[in-house]
Amino acid sequence: MANKLLVEAIRKGTVIDHIPAGQGIKILKQLHLVDGNEKITVGFNLPSQEIGLKDLIKVENRLFTESEANELSLFAPSATINVIDNYVVKDKFTMSTPNALEGVFDCPNSNCISLHEPVTSYFKVTKKHESIYLKCKYCEKTFSKEIVAGL
Amino acid sequence: MANPLFQKNIISISDLTQEQMELIVRTAERLKCEPPPPLLKNKVVASCFFEASTRTRLSFETAILRLGGTHIGFDNDANTSLAKKGESLADSVKVISSYTDAFVIRHPREGSARLASEFSTVPVINGGDGANQHPTQTLLDLFTIFECQGKLEELTIAFVGDLKYGRTVHSLAQACSLFKCRFFFISPEALAMPDYILEELDEKGIKYQVSQSIEEVINDVDIVYMTRVQKERFDETEYKHIASKYILTAEMLSDVRKNLKILHPLPRVDEITVDVDKTPYAYYFEQAQNGIYARQALLALVLNETL
Repeated sequence: MANKLLVEAIRKGTVIDHIPAGQGIKILKQLHLVDGNEKITVGFNLPSQEIGLKDLIKVENRLFTESEANELSLFAPSATINVIDNYVVKDKFTMSTPNALEGVFDCPNSNCISLHEPVTSYFKVTKKHESIYLKCKYCEKTFSKEIVAGL
Repeated sequence: MANPLFQKNIISISDLTQEQMELIVRTAERLKCEPPPPLLKNKVVASCFFEASTRTRLSFETAILRLGGTHIGFDNDANTSLAKKGESLADSVKVISSYTDAFVIRHPREGSARLASEFSTVPVINGGDGANQHPTQTLLDLFTIFECQGKLEELTIAFVGDLKYGRTVHSLAQACSLFKCRFFFISPEALAMPDYILEELDEKGIKYQVSQSIEEVINDVDIVYMTRVQKERFDETEYKHIASKYILTAEMLSDVRKNLKILHPLPRVDEITVDVDKTPYAYYFEQAQNGIYARQALLALVLNETL
């Protein structure tokens, strides 16, 4: 019982589980999850058999799409996403690196025009030697995911 | 059949295929040999320079006028609605492009030409966006190399000077790698060619070598592409010491290949001494003049379905 987390099941929404401890708060911020009025339950530093400590986020009444789920892969490639409808798991996403990211992060290049004009940021995502790089569509600069996502 | 560049935006050299670059070079060659045909007759081209760039602006505008077109625009943004009234670049582009047949833009921020192409109703040609791209410089360099060597394939090219910040050397090395050229990179350590360019060359199997001095390689190359080591990158004493190693003099040209040509995007300061100007190897002023023909070729291809 001591290790059991008491979080009520949600009727409809999305559960992001197995987030590496410490990344949960960044996901909340970057995906603007707290900007709306939906009920959100978060757990930080929860015990996990697989990864030691984990974070967990439950967002009610918001059903993640596969592309939204893929945006998370930059922060938490090991996370699992369950989309719940009427208390039943409707979709279960395994993470894969997206081909592109639109409107999630600002370009780190302070002289990039995308920071100064009414446009949405857009990065092409590439994987090289197990590292992930993002290339800004506008300034054409390539950054490691850690720099873009502020990890 | 429509030419593949008709109504196309020219934003980045990486958007162009090898065949498209060859088409531009061949068209530039043709336009240089014949009296200028009226390929831009009744066309109005916007020439919007949000920062000063004398050579690029004047050669674009000359190219437009020589082909029978006219241009509207400005040579800096001090008196525009952007500076005076805070209008966005996106809105300015929407309006100006609705007056014209093509839009040439120079802007101090990286990505501005790509952004302009998303809001413009006519093809956008990038005349330089911050430290990012300057595709027409690369095209005029390619045309110049073709003109003085008779080919683009398998040449040996030495890049000298500031290879870190010089966008012209990055783009030219990328473009020449499509033609299987071989490179020597000669620069102070602090201004070396960036790793991402070297990685791209490795991936394409292009041969290159990092060398310490011009003398080491000058007798084995077809092209020397000089650039300026900028003072502001170093403190004064360090600058004097470093810059002196990257100066090309006529004395160094005694045993070079007969076909060697020296290029420089200009303006030069003292990295090529004036005694080089009189040698048969100096080709930088022809290169600057070729800016007109390369830009004529580009505008003609973008605005004419067939030539």
